[in-house]
Amino acid sequence: MKKISSYIWKYKWNYVIALFSLFAAVSLDMLSPQLTRRVVDDVIVGGNMGELKYLLLGFFLVGAGRCLFQYLKEYNFDNVGNKISASIRKDLFVHIQKLSADFFDKNNTGELMARIKDDVDHIWDALGFVGMLLIEVTYHTFIIIVCMARINVLLTLVPLLAMICCATIAIVMERKLDKVYGDISEENAVLNTVAEENLAGVRTVKAFAREKFEISKFLSHNKKYYELNMTQSKVFVRYYPYINLITKVVPLLVILCGGVIVINNKMTIGDLTAFLEYSMNICWPLEMLGWLTNSFSSAVASNRKIKKIFNENSSISECEAPISADNIKGDIVFDNVSFHKEDGYMILKNIDFKIQAGKTLGIMGATGAGKTSIVQLLERMYDVTDGAIYVDGTDIRKLSLQGLRSAISFVTQDVFLFSDTIGENIKLGQKLTIDLSDIKRASKAAQAKSFIEKMEGKYDTVIGERGVGLSGGQKQRISIARAFAKKTPILVLDDSTSALDMETEREIEHTLDAMTETTKIIIAHRISAVKNADEIIFLEDGRIAERGTHQSLLERKGLYYQTYLVQTGQAD
Amino acid sequence: MATNSYKDDEKQVEQSKAKTLGRLFKYLLDYKFKITIVLISMVYAIVISLINPLIMAEAIDNCVRKGNYNRLMLMLGIALVLNVLVVLVVKLRMYIMAKVCNDIIMKIRQQLYTHIQTLDFQFFDSRPTGKILSRIIGDINSLKDVLNNCVTSFIPDGVTIIAVMIIMFIKNPILAASALCMTPFMIGGIIFLEIKAHPRWQLFRKKSSNLNAFVHEDMAGIRVIQSFAAEKETEDTFDGLIDEHRKAFLSAVRLSDGFGSIIDISWGIGTLCMYFVGIVILGVDKVSIGTFVAFSSYMGMFWSPMFNLSNFYNQVVTNIAGAERVFEILDTPSKIVDVDGVTDIPEIKGNVKFDNVSFSYEEGVKVLDNVSFDIKPGETIALVGATGAGKSTIVNLISRFYDVQEGKVSVDGYDITKVSIESLRSQMGIMTQDNFLFTGTIKENIRYGKLDATDDEIIAAAKAVKAHDFIMKLENGYDTVLAERGGNLSIGQKQLLAFARTMVCNPRILILDEATSSIDTNTERLVQHGIEELLKGRTSFVIAHRLSTIQKADRIFVVEDGCIVEEGNVKELLDKHGAYYRLHMAQAI
Repeated sequence: MKKISSYIWKYKWNYVIALFSLFAAVSLDMLSPQLTRRVVDDVIVGGNMGELKYLLLGFFLVGAGRCLFQYLKEYNFDNVGNKISASIRKDLFVHIQKLSADFFDKNNTGELMARIKDDVDHIWDALGFVGMLLIEVTYHTFIIIVCMARINVLLTLVPLLAMICCATIAIVMERKLDKVYGDISEENAVLNTVAEENLAGVRTVKAFAREKFEISKFLSHNKKYYELNMTQSKVFVRYYPYINLITKVVPLLVILCGGVIVINNKMTIGDLTAFLEYSMNICWPLEMLGWLTNSFSSAVASNRKIKKIFNENSSISECEAPISADNIKGDIVFDNVSFHKEDGYMILKNIDFKIQAGKTLGIMGATGAGKTSIVQLLERMYDVTDGAIYVDGTDIRKLSLQGLRSAISFVTQDVFLFSDTIGENIKLGQKLTIDLSDIKRASKAAQAKSFIEKMEGKYDTVIGERGVGLSGGQKQRISIARAFAKKTPILVLDDSTSALDMETEREIEHTLDAMTETTKIIIAHRISAVKNADEIIFLEDGRIAERGTHQSLLERKGLYYQTYLVQTGQAD
Repeated sequence: MATNSYKDDEKQVEQSKAKTLGRLFKYLLDYKFKITIVLISMVYAIVISLINPLIMAEAIDNCVRKGNYNRLMLMLGIALVLNVLVVLVVKLRMYIMAKVCNDIIMKIRQQLYTHIQTLDFQFFDSRPTGKILSRIIGDINSLKDVLNNCVTSFIPDGVTIIAVMIIMFIKNPILAASALCMTPFMIGGIIFLEIKAHPRWQLFRKKSSNLNAFVHEDMAGIRVIQSFAAEKETEDTFDGLIDEHRKAFLSAVRLSDGFGSIIDISWGIGTLCMYFVGIVILGVDKVSIGTFVAFSSYMGMFWSPMFNLSNFYNQVVTNIAGAERVFEILDTPSKIVDVDGVTDIPEIKGNVKFDNVSFSYEEGVKVLDNVSFDIKPGETIALVGATGAGKSTIVNLISRFYDVQEGKVSVDGYDITKVSIESLRSQMGIMTQDNFLFTGTIKENIRYGKLDATDDEIIAAAKAVKAHDFIMKLENGYDTVLAERGGNLSIGQKQLLAFARTMVCNPRILILDEATSSIDTNTERLVQHGIEELLKGRTSFVIAHRLSTIQKADRIFVVEDGCIVEEGNVKELLDKHGAYYRLHMAQAI
């Protein structure tokens, strides 16, 4: 991640304008008492009426100037904080999108949402109004200290000392709050995750009538969130009053010390009064310091959470100088591929096959045998542990990721659609190149055209997230159309007709058979879906148990044959 | 109802702001005692802050000037004690306020969440999850400061301003009137800004919600996005949404930042008027120097709290949009609810009856048309037919996920709208097409079907659906922690777990909607054998496309375009040479 300072640097001119306005506004603020003094001394007491109109004009100008600069100050800080937070959000989003599947196995959607939304918001505050007030408070205090020093240097030590105490308390408080805010940010993510799962799984919740259970689950996290917020308040309540106390004691000390100086005739009583007034004027900035520290800690804690994500690296990386994979024909070779998860859990062992461009491979096997993993390896969602995969004779680790994945259309088992129009969903991945005629053609091939065109908005119908509102079969057909529309050299269907009725499925199979230019991998449970494949492999526990064509596998009378018997109603 | 996407802003019914605020502040009324303490402590702090200058004046005038050390120490000592007390009181006040505010926030959040649980599918289907989420989390968080400042800023600052005004008018009404001549202008200006800014803050909240919805979809569908190499596209979409979000904020603060400016200019012109009227019109001899000096400090005492108030008002304007969004959901009526005085349905025997049931999700598009059937306890009914014919809708109505528009659904003779939803659904085992698994262990996920299930019951259910073997192969067995949505399992394995979850609750009526579609043929057969024993005497509904899986059904309903066109057992239907026969022939390999 770029450091926060580099973001600030990028918008330095915005900050320059913002700071200039800030200094101007605060300086004008300081001018006001001078004008009052002149009115009283020169006009009222001195009777110099001619000066009055200039002084009145002065009041107007100070008001107008403050009006202008206050506005510019606030707006510019809001603007720049907003810009930077948008940049950070964008960079974070782009970074997360580049991470590999293993990261998403470990991090929940709700959590990532909280990072991108809430944590960046906290940083936004710090760079915007919190930062602004910090600078303002510092500048304000600085000017007052200078004024005080001009009256009496020795006595200035009192407010200086008080400031050092306040700053120390603020720093100690920041340390403590930082930790609490870290926990709050974490619990906020958990709360988000719990609610997110509940909403996404609402059908399951309702099916089991588990609303009460869900409510009490949420309550326990809601309470924990409450308690952490109370912990934060307690820390704040513990330290903040000390700052408050110091600001109250400063004027008293000034009178005490100043009194002694006056009594010893080292200073006039008028000077002491003026000094006292100034010391009252640094009270609110110091009190403000406490509040600002609080917001600042929250931003620091959030920044740490975000940094942690920025420090994650994708375990799938491109090699240096990757080969662009523009004109892939579609030859696929799995050369003795093995794959196991980080924890050593074996998924695939010695997988060996070749598919020539335009040919079809059928994959069958029991639930959990590793069928989907083969495709995930081909797409480089994970990297092989042993062996290698070649596309058109090139090791896929040497190809550009973008190129490789663009050459493969993968219809997943688990349909995912965006809450967007049907047309946009079908275009996914090639929004710029696919037009309506492509969409129609693909929908037709996926047997989706008729039901889509029956809808009122046709291809512009907005469908809900995850395609809710559509039946399982309709969702599957849209996701097949999405893959067909890409006209990629390699097409993978992962058990993607399971929710379709037989007649529809048959139609889609015909379409597939006609796609002789495309290399196809078909994962299925139904014999009918794979029987025309050029080769069929039957997986068992991550190994290839049987392989051959439909005919040869039937003759073999093994696992494939047994499945065949069940599906044709011939098994006992 | 039209479906809302991440691109569209949510529509919102305009509510009066006063009503929303009033509703928010009503929560504060529950804490009358605590808030009284806070107010008393604030009065104390204000009184002390008024006494402080007197003590200091006394200390300077009578002690320092006269060189009276002892008296100086005494005065300062008194001041110190009073101020230490103030600090203690401040501490108490802050603590109570923090508690009250956090309490209310927790309460509203829980209320909202509880209410959402009672809403029907229409609500969830018509908007992205991320948008509902942003109301539960972000919109509610935005209320915290409003609540706090409403007590700690609004009331004391308001009192201060009124007090200062009264003092000024008592001292010199004409001078006071000229000093405060800009107040109507200021109030008018602020109200004008508020009216203009409010819709912009509403828009900002909506844009923020859009952003949240998109991030949610993107993270949930990241595998599809990466697989289609669509990262660049989603980045562009995100960019567009961020930009809208940013611009909405800027357009809102462009107005809101003007609040301070209005006060600044009013302050400046007010001072000018005061001196002009005081010196030129009234004349220096009419107004004493002391009055001028006093008035110039009153001006400060009047305008500083005015700044605070305007900040508070600004905050209200900024965040009230959040409250509106929260209350909007709280005001959404739940359609599928228990009627008053419902009774629990007794143990279900299994008779299910549809009387002329018609149903449509959207007005005008009938999904079921006049469907009637009567199922005896213990029957196994298979529903077959093309996708979108209405099979899932039939089972959705049995479990009362939706209410019928015409006709009646009854179980054991009870109209299902007249019995409690929980008693009905908890006796049904419903396996839907999307089998949602929660983050947690395998055991916890199966236990979801029956919260008090023992480990033995869980294992028995897993064995019945043949999930036991693969679970035991995992390193931690039943204690294996699932990734989000069961991401570390295959779809077939997830289906088996969901199946075990359904079986563990020992349902009186079982509904299997494509329950085994992603399971291989051999496992499927074993599962069928496994549950046969468990299902003896239970009514069950099975939706399946593979006709081989429903051979043993007592009756098969062929559903076409929302009607049951054929029914009977396999043999009868085959002999008929009708719709079922066609389906059967299509499945020949």
